[in-house]
Amino acid sequence: MKHLLSAADLDRDAAVHVLDTAAQMAATQAREIKKLPTLRGKTVVNLFFEDSTRTRISFETAAKRLSADVINFSAKGSSVSKGESLKDTALTLQAMGADAVVVRHHASGAPHRLAHAGWVGSSVINAGDGTHQHPTQALLDAFTLRRHLAGTATDREGIGRDLAGLHVAIVGDVLHSRVARSNVQLLHTLGARVTLVAPPTLVPVGAHAWSCAISYHLDEVLAQQPDAIMMLRVQRERMGTEGGGSAVGFFPSPLEYTRAYGLDARRLARLPEHAIVLHPGPMNRGLEISADAADSPRAVIVEQVSNGVAVRMAVLYLLLAKERETLA
Amino acid sequence: MSETIVGGPAYLVRGVAPLGGPPTDLLLAGGLVAAIGAAAAGLAPAGTVTIDGAGLVALPGLVDLHTHLREPGREDAETVRSGTRAAALGGYTAVHPMANTSPVADTAGVVEQVWRLGNDAGWVDVHPVGAVSVGLGGTQLAELGAMAHSAARVRVFSDDGKCVHDPVLMRRALEYVKAFDGVIAQHSQEPLLTRGAQMHEGVVSAEVGLAGWPAVAEEAIIARDVLLAEHVGSRLHVQHLSTAGSVEIIRWAKARGIAVTAEATPHHLLLTDELARTYDPLYKVNPPLRTAQDVEALRAGLADGTIDIVGTDHAPHTREDKDCEWAAAAFGMTGLETALSIVATTMVSTGRMTWADVARVMSSAPARIGRTDTAVRPQGRPLEVGEPANVTLVDPSTRWVVDPATQATASRNSPYGGRELTGRVVATFLRGRATVLDGAAVEPGAPAVSVGGVR
Repeated sequence: MKHLLSAADLDRDAAVHVLDTAAQMAATQAREIKKLPTLRGKTVVNLFFEDSTRTRISFETAAKRLSADVINFSAKGSSVSKGESLKDTALTLQAMGADAVVVRHHASGAPHRLAHAGWVGSSVINAGDGTHQHPTQALLDAFTLRRHLAGTATDREGIGRDLAGLHVAIVGDVLHSRVARSNVQLLHTLGARVTLVAPPTLVPVGAHAWSCAISYHLDEVLAQQPDAIMMLRVQRERMGTEGGGSAVGFFPSPLEYTRAYGLDARRLARLPEHAIVLHPGPMNRGLEISADAADSPRAVIVEQVSNGVAVRMAVLYLLLAKERETLA
Repeated sequence: MSETIVGGPAYLVRGVAPLGGPPTDLLLAGGLVAAIGAAAAGLAPAGTVTIDGAGLVALPGLVDLHTHLREPGREDAETVRSGTRAAALGGYTAVHPMANTSPVADTAGVVEQVWRLGNDAGWVDVHPVGAVSVGLGGTQLAELGAMAHSAARVRVFSDDGKCVHDPVLMRRALEYVKAFDGVIAQHSQEPLLTRGAQMHEGVVSAEVGLAGWPAVAEEAIIARDVLLAEHVGSRLHVQHLSTAGSVEIIRWAKARGIAVTAEATPHHLLLTDELARTYDPLYKVNPPLRTAQDVEALRAGLADGTIDIVGTDHAPHTREDKDCEWAAAAFGMTGLETALSIVATTMVSTGRMTWADVARVMSSAPARIGRTDTAVRPQGRPLEVGEPANVTLVDPSTRWVVDPATQATASRNSPYGGRELTGRVVATFLRGRATVLDGAAVEPGAPAVSVGGVR
């Protein structure tokens, strides 16, 4: 595999292999010396056309822990804001000798163009494109789910296992969510059952073809006792007018959204004992998730962040050091 | 210029099949179809060039009611000269360039400029389309009468690229052009339902995460407009139908007796939204590529006459406008040099249409809608003795692979690169002058007889 553009790029075995590799990476992160020499001499460029401090830092940390050289290229204050095209930016980075380009872009498909338009020869990792995909987020979510729900007493990480038999509810703004699209594909690939929960205005036309169930009623889905619930960020600007025009909001008010789709202590209590709560961050406390739910012991939201580093180390390793079969 | 055309050599096309019918001889002399049949050879004047027409189909010169020539303003993408040369190579003898130039063709001055550039180029007749509203702004009627009475004699008005979405403005436009037998050609796109839209809204858009363009945004405007046209008793032409629902509405409107005509583009007869999975902006077009079911409905509608014409919507764009991410790219694809072959491939090879049907949807019907059939220099006329010698010769059996780099259009945004098509234009005659022979353009003033392969 040369690029990671979409969760759909991974079949079951490839996905499990990434998760197993991530588990090995996570184990090294418990050591006193966290840095591995694996990618010494390789250059990883973080090409961020959209603000995302946490994803960029996660990739930067992952690359540095593998001893790669890291160049951060953010659109703000760069030539991109002067109108340089994606193509010219790509050619520039190519000329600088990037081995991998980690790209975050507001346009769906921009990483796909980078990988396939013939502009660059390096590996391309999609760090989130428009409303399309965010595959490393889905991998870190799967890694977190496996750790908590598919591990055993002797094998806490669940090495070699997938997510067969688990039921995961993903709740919120599915329409604009690359996290939801990636997770539906990857969790299905790994054998989990996914139910999307959202008001009908935030479910894309055409989503009926996805490998998941769709519900408009969070309480009905909670009654099915899912093993995990993933809350998606709801942007306040989705409510009310967009761009100063006459576009109507996707829901009437934040309060109405929270009443129907917010995860609070009352709903949290109705989940089964073992169930965990995920959120890709950043959270809107009081909108899609209450402080009680976000800070409860069942929330693994902070752990998702550290798992993100391990998963991204695994992806960088598998794409850039694939000549070596196992970790040093 | 017209003397030069009339003064060129006569052409005797032997054994050609007019509209795919029984083979016969066709004499083009003095700018007219001078003779048809066994007597033609005997009537050929001295110096007549003979063309072996065996296996070829003769059609009346093609008429495109929907072209973008980009001049004035975007001569980096296309000029009237380069675009009309491409048109001739595609078998066309007349085109209707749309008004979305810079400046917009919303005054008599601009339409006359484009008309003169077309005359000077000499490849095809250029009949400019006038804007419906000032600057395509959608608020104030442009001076439609001035354009109609200009030297360009405009009869087709359109804000193409933008929808005349204000229902009152649309009503006024439909009414106003009755005074000079004009027609409003509508780009049916509800603007609020398509804000930021990138591709057909459906299964593919949901997966690839490109903002959806619902079919209803097209169909709602068409439904409104056919009712408006009925109410005020005007002619309406609906451009580039792209959905099955649009075909249904047009079928209903025609059954009701409404004076509506409809158009389909070659690309909507062939390509689907599945191509958006590549994120290659070559497939980004307005209206967007739809589903296979929509393509089938368009083919059925074209075959049964619900859809009157094929218009290319030839939309050249510079490389920088396509060599980027999808959302940043311009809408549109070129089509003048592939239209006939795509109609042949999708409709004739499949047995759904005859060559006579092709002549109807690509020549006589568009000429009638644009009123060029009765213009000073008539187009879309039948292949009969005494009619202007606007003739296109097609080899229906040739299979060829599209190479955008070798096309005559100044732009390279053909979506058909590498695709094999059936049927190809061999020759085009504009009032008896060969603009294309042996599939190659014949520069105006060049000695046509020297072109290889003829005779």
